[in-house]
Parts: sequence; structure tokens; C-alpha cells
Amino acid sequence: MSEIAIRVEDLGKQYRIGLTPMRYRTLRETISESFTRDGRANRAASKEEEGKIWALRDISFEVYQGQVMGIIGRNGAGKSTLLKILSRITEPTKGYAEIHGRVGSLLEVGTGFHPELSGRENIYLNGAILGMRREEIDRKFDEIVAFSEVEKFIDTPVKRFSSGMYLRLAFAVAAHLEPQILVVDEVLAVGDAEFQRKCLGKMNDVAKEGRTVLFVSHNMSAILRLTDETILLDQGQIVLRAPTPEAVDHYMASGFSQSGERTWNIDEIPPESAPFRPIALRVSDNNQRRYDRVRSTNPITLEVEYALDAPITGLRVGVYMQTTRGEFVFTSFDTDNTQQFEQYSMRPEGHYISRCTLPPDLLNEGQYVLGINASSYRVKRYFQDENALAFSVDGAGAPGKQWPERRLGPVRPRLEWDIDVK
Amino acid sequence: MIESSTLAKQDEEITLIKPSKGWGSLNLRELWVYRELIYFLTWRDLKVRYKQTALGAGWAILQPVLSMIVFSIFFGGLLNVDSGDVPYPIFSYAAILPWGVFAKALNDTGRSLVSNRAMLTKIYFPRMVIPLASVFSSLADFLIAFIVMLGLMYYYQIAPTSNIWTLPLFLLLAVITALGVGLWLSAMNVLYRDIGYMIPYITQLWFYLTPIVYSASEVPEQWQFFYALNPMVGVVEGFRWALLGTSDAPSPMIGVSAVIALIVFISGMYYFRRMERTFADMV
Repeated sequence: MSEIAIRVEDLGKQYRIGLTPMRYRTLRETISESFTRDGRANRAASKEEEGKIWALRDISFEVYQGQVMGIIGRNGAGKSTLLKILSRITEPTKGYAEIHGRVGSLLEVGTGFHPELSGRENIYLNGAILGMRREEIDRKFDEIVAFSEVEKFIDTPVKRFSSGMYLRLAFAVAAHLEPQILVVDEVLAVGDAEFQRKCLGKMNDVAKEGRTVLFVSHNMSAILRLTDETILLDQGQIVLRAPTPEAVDHYMASGFSQSGERTWNIDEIPPESAPFRPIALRVSDNNQRRYDRVRSTNPITLEVEYALDAPITGLRVGVYMQTTRGEFVFTSFDTDNTQQFEQYSMRPEGHYISRCTLPPDLLNEGQYVLGINASSYRVKRYFQDENALAFSVDGAGAPGKQWPERRLGPVRPRLEWDIDVK
Repeated sequence: MIESSTLAKQDEEITLIKPSKGWGSLNLRELWVYRELIYFLTWRDLKVRYKQTALGAGWAILQPVLSMIVFSIFFGGLLNVDSGDVPYPIFSYAAILPWGVFAKALNDTGRSLVSNRAMLTKIYFPRMVIPLASVFSSLADFLIAFIVMLGLMYYYQIAPTSNIWTLPLFLLLAVITALGVGLWLSAMNVLYRDIGYMIPYITQLWFYLTPIVYSASEVPEQWQFFYALNPMVGVVEGFRWALLGTSDAPSPMIGVSAVIALIVFISGMYYFRRMERTFADMV
């Protein structure tokens, strides 16, 4: 193999979390703590491990020049922290990383964009923030504008831009940075399909030019398309480093509970979720037995168990279903039905189970991922986890099973065919 | 701590990322590499400020002129403060000029990190770029306000003294003092938001400890030593001396206060560098 681009050795990052995470200290606290004996004792105690978590731990890997490496894992697995350390935004607590060449990061496009400034002015400003020289921006200016497709509005303040134009311009600047190492985090989660296609295309070009790319995404189809090798992170540690298809399968299947049930501990629920508190998500067959493997010819019951610590108006609790390749199969909410919509316009506090049943002969055989969402439309999204639970569907007895081939598409309906002879 | 070194052999930049221990180096070379960013951020500050207001750059003139009018009415007129050989308006304006740079630089640098948090948490660059850019934009305002000074001098028929060449030195002292205190405050403001609320009071107190509305000679003899420890005393007296030829040349005490300013400035840079590594996690 060629030369090393990134070498990470025993990297770790510790964050302090208290009862109220990331709280600002006030001056009064620090002063009073340093004067009272109690305070000093408290401070000594807080120096201990208690109240601290390792967001990343014992991370070691190498990336060679020209390699496109994917990083996947659930929310909170440490992916973003890793990228933040590698792009020098935050420091590791232990270990070290060695980076050969200029790093460009697309952690969030459009950083430093000012709404009052024109598109042209923002290109220069953003370019400078990303570390480009003035003459470098001058040289690439036309190319950036052409890529962004906002020529006509280039002298308009970006506050008048549509969000799509804003994104395209921001991405165009970042994409022309030409770093030897490109670090990308979820930029593809935003923008329309056309924009996403363009982003992926640009990343493909970057990779083809022999530059190194680190790509974090929840979009498994993008990961599969763009990367050769993938690192799977879980709870701040590397679970697996393998060729991408293998890592994705591992993530989608064994990374989850095998029981057909996903439960949430209190510490897994972000504080913003309150008063909604997810308890469990289950997949079961018609006999109420939980399974991680269900028959496509049987009805499948999906169940969300949750508690409300306070009443919520307009709450809807629902599920997403995706294939392991990241394509959505459907989204459904418990108040989709107008009758329930009216009955539960205000949901009092309490302990709930929202349950639905998928009709038989709906899903194709294969692996599926369930996610949950609890939100009030246009008011607040209380809780969302798109990758909460995986289960597989067994196709025995499904239509067309006389041919042992893999059928395309996530659904496999039993359709009534008529064959007319004329 | 982050070290960049260039290997001559391979001619590629290798960045080493590891936890920093204790007091690091200032790494001013890297700041130099990012000088264009300082320029662009300064330019953004100015552009945005003047774009959003109806009067635009007119504010850079209006603010000091309004202060001058208010001071002239209350201190010069009603309280009859002694302004020496020159009319009170120009006496106070010569002080408002450097004070404006100082107060604005202090205010802006103190808050600069918190107001630029989006950049801090998303992109790497030497963090000191942000407070530096705040200082430069206050210097741009100074240049505009200086035009009024020339107009006033013409109006009152006061020729600048031959000491006018020292003006940049006094300005530099004001900037270094503001930046030194500003670096301390901005880094502390990330940890303790209380600092943000304290800044206006610090500025106000400092205003009265500086001979802006009165003359330094009115301070009783026994307090003169402590009074002169404030670098802004030397700066303001220096401005009046160089422009109007009123007060005597700044006393040798300005040397002492310059040393104090330099100590605050350098320690501020080190403190800032030390705190820098936690900015992204704390801000």
C-alpha cells in the first residue's frame, strides 16, 4: 500500500457531564468553591472519574493516502468527536494522531457565512475561514460560482437566498478547498436530492484524484457507494474495521439487539426529549412473541412503548422503516387516522403503548431497520432515532418462492394476476 | 497542543495532534499564516456594521462627536472643568479619539469568542485571530473619527505640534492595553458568562480613571503615582500633548505603565493559548 495519510494511536476523549451536562460555570461557584472547605472537597471529588464519560476510547487506526474510509455507528458512538479531533477543533484527552497534509473539513457547510453579506463576499470570507489564500479564491472564484449555480444572485445578500441556494453556495466553497485529506460529516443529510447527488459526485471526484476522504454518514447507501473500507464505532470504541459491505451488514444486524426489542435507558435519552420518554420498540408476530426474525407471510406487529411526564398537545408517535441500504420503505404515525387524530389531540401524561400491525405479504425477505419519531407537527420533535432496531424477514412461502432468486425492491406484495389469452 | 512541522525530505506538512500539557508556546508563526483571515474578519465586521445601519460609516463620526457635545455641555459648561489653554470641545475630543479605540476594542474582544461560537465549534484556525480582528475594526473607526479632529483643529486654529509623530506610539499603547485585557476577558468569558456582564462596568470605571472629561493635573499630588499606572492616562495625555501642545510631555511613568500593559498583553496571550484548547468544548 501507499503512504500513510492519517495515523491514530490510542486516541481518547473525555467529557465532563454533570447532572446538567455542559453547564457553564459561574464565577461565583468557582470563587465560593475555592474558599470553602466543602467546595475544595467537592472539587477534589469531581476530579475523579465520576461525572465524566469517555466519548472516545482506545481508538487506533491508519488511513492510507487515496483511501476513502467510512465511519459509521449510532448516534453518540463518537463519530463526530473523532472527526472534530482530526480536524483540530477539539483536543484529545489522550493518545495522538498524525496527519500528513492539509485537512479540509465539511463538518458543517456555510460556517462563518454572514446573512448580510453578498454571495461574492461570503465566498471570500468563507474561503478564508476554511484556510484558502486570497489568490487561491480569486483563481477558483468562477468555478465556485458555476458549481453553486447562483450566478444571477452572486451580489445579493445571502439572507435573501433560498435554503437550497445557500447550501449549494456553501458547499461549492468547501468543495473547492482541495485538501489532501477531506473530512466529511453528514453534509448529505441536508438539501434536496439534486444537491445530494452533486455532493456525492464531488466527493467521488475528490476520491478519484487520489486524495484521502474520511466520510461519516448514516446513509448506508452513500457509505456503500463511496467507501472501500469502513470503521464501525460503538460507545466510543472501534467495534470493527472491515471492507464496507461487511461493516454495514454487521452494523445493521448484529450491532443491534437480537431479541426483536430495543429499550432505552434513562442515560440514552437526550434531555431535549422531555416530557417524552421512550421505553421500548418491539417487533412481534401475531402471537405477541417478540422476534428479530419474522415471516413475511404473517402479520407483523410493531409496538412503541413510552411515557409522557407531562401532557403534550398534537403528539404523534410513529415508526420509520428502512432497508439496510438506507432506503426508506415507509413512515407511519399513530394518529394518521383522523379518528385517533381527533381523540388524541391532547395526550395526558401517562404510560402508553402505540401498536400497529403490518399486513401479511408486505415486505420482501431481507434485513430492515426500524426507527421511531415522536413529534408535534411544526412545533417540536421530541425524540427521533432512525436506527433503533433491526429485524429480518424470512421469505418462506412468499409469492414467487418457486424461483430461489433475490427479488428487487423492499416490498413483496401478493398480487392477483390475470393472464388473458387473446 | 498542535505542532506543525515541515519535513524537507518529503515536502509535506505533518500535523501532530495530542493532548497539550501546561503552558504551550504562543505559535505566532501560525497566526502569521492566517493573517488573511484576520483581514477578512475585520472587513466583515466593518461591512456588516455599516451595511445594517442607515448612517453607515457616519456612526464612526457621530459617536465621538455626540460624546464631545455632551461632555462640553456638562463638564466644560456646567461644571466648568479646566481645559487649559484650549477650548473644552477639542480638549475632550483629543481624549475621546484614543478612548474610543480602547473602549470598543476592549468590548468587542471580550465578547468576540462567544459571539463567534459557530466558527469555534466547526472549523480549526488559530483562535487568537478572532480578538485580533475585533481590534483592527476599532482602528478603522479611529481613522474615520480622526478626520473630525483635523476639522476641529482647523476651526480652532490649532496647529499640531512637532511631536505628532509620537501619536502612533500612544495609539499602539492603547491597543496593546485593550488587547491584553481583552484576551484575558474573552477567554474567561467562555468559561464564565459573568464576564460579559462585567465588561460595561469595567469600561465605565476605567473611563473615570482616565483623564477624558478632566485634566490629569487635577488629580491630587499624592495619588499621581497610582494614577499613572493606568496606561490610558499616558495615552490620553500623550494625545493632547502631541496634537494640541497643552499638557506637558507624559511623565516617565508612561514607561512603567507601558511595561504593565505589555505584561498584561503577553500574559493574556499565554492565558488565551492555554484556554484555547477547551473553547470548542465549553463555548
